Amino acid sequence: MKQIKQLSAILMFWLAGELIVKLAGLSIPGSILGMLLLVISLQLKIIKPKQIEEVAHFLIDNMALFFIPAGVGLMCYFDIIKQEWLPILLSMIFSTLIVMAVVAFLSNSKKQDHE
Amino acid sequence: MNDLLSQPVLHTALTLSLYMMARWIFKHFKLAIFNPVLLTIGALIAIMYFTRTSFDQYYQNTHVISFWLGPSVVALGVPLYLNLKKVKSEVGRIAFAMLMGSLLGIVSVVLLAWLFGGSKEVLLSLAPKSVTTPIAMEVSKEIGGIPPLTAAMVISVGIFGAMFGWNFMKLLRIKDSKAIGLAIGAASHGVGTAWIAPQGKEYSAFGGLGMALNGVITALVTPWIIPYLMEWLF
Repeated sequence: MKQIKQLSAILMFWLAGELIVKLAGLSIPGSILGMLLLVISLQLKIIKPKQIEEVAHFLIDNMALFFIPAGVGLMCYFDIIKQEWLPILLSMIFSTLIVMAVVAFLSNSKKQDHE
Repeated sequence: MNDLLSQPVLHTALTLSLYMMARWIFKHFKLAIFNPVLLTIGALIAIMYFTRTSFDQYYQNTHVISFWLGPSVVALGVPLYLNLKKVKSEVGRIAFAMLMGSLLGIVSVVLLAWLFGGSKEVLLSLAPKSVTTPIAMEVSKEIGGIPPLTAAMVISVGIFGAMFGWNFMKLLRIKDSKAIGLAIGAASHGVGTAWIAPQGKEYSAFGGLGMALNGVITALVTPWIIPYLMEWLF
């Protein structure tokens, strides 16, 4: 019963997110808005972490499994990868290094070469 | 056999058991390249190919698995809230770093792919490449990319981050565990974060925060900036 309660709370946030996105015509995913609504509700203490934690952790721990079916859809796009593997690979590598460097330098609070 | 193929149980059971096997292999060899999701997807594609099953049929049969993506994105709000509470005093500074990283990540991957001759649909599929797969696929769908292609790219980025992120931080002489965690989480989401987690609790907490914040920022800004970027490039 406890798990069902927790799950229905999570589904309610998702539903609320989807509804607002539809009604307001927003171009963001409904589940993301549901997540933001959850963070706000936790912040305002409308809901306590304890009331959803168990199911939330179960879902997060198994998230990798949930996107496998969509990932199999890759089988329909082998020709694109074959044609464009070079731009894909190079842009991914350099852009990933850019993100890492920017975030690391801007959030670094210890002086470099300090220790 | 054909009756069984149209029922969800066969493909669902197959997906779950292959995933468990892949996790066992990953645990056993401890190599980033043996990513369990990648192994499972590879095995399933091979099986679909040899059994002449279409992706549509497989996808329909495994809807019971995909459904849980929505609630698990919502559930990410719990660790996001808990990690945000830990960094209260520095929230402005971290938010600024994440915003810059996120924007530069989206713009740079699109421009670089364009520069190297990528097509429009590949550019759109690459835009959310740094963030956790379920969010990236949602964003990809929203902006007109190809979600499965995005998933494959996101996982590859994660593996790249796991393999080289730590040494790249050393190369840049970053020693702050907060900065390292945020950077690797932001650039290579859960796959990168899981890889640095054994180095200490701080790394996984900040990695989780970086991953969640970049996910939220990317989901919010990508649908707004991509149309301008595309109009300018094409």
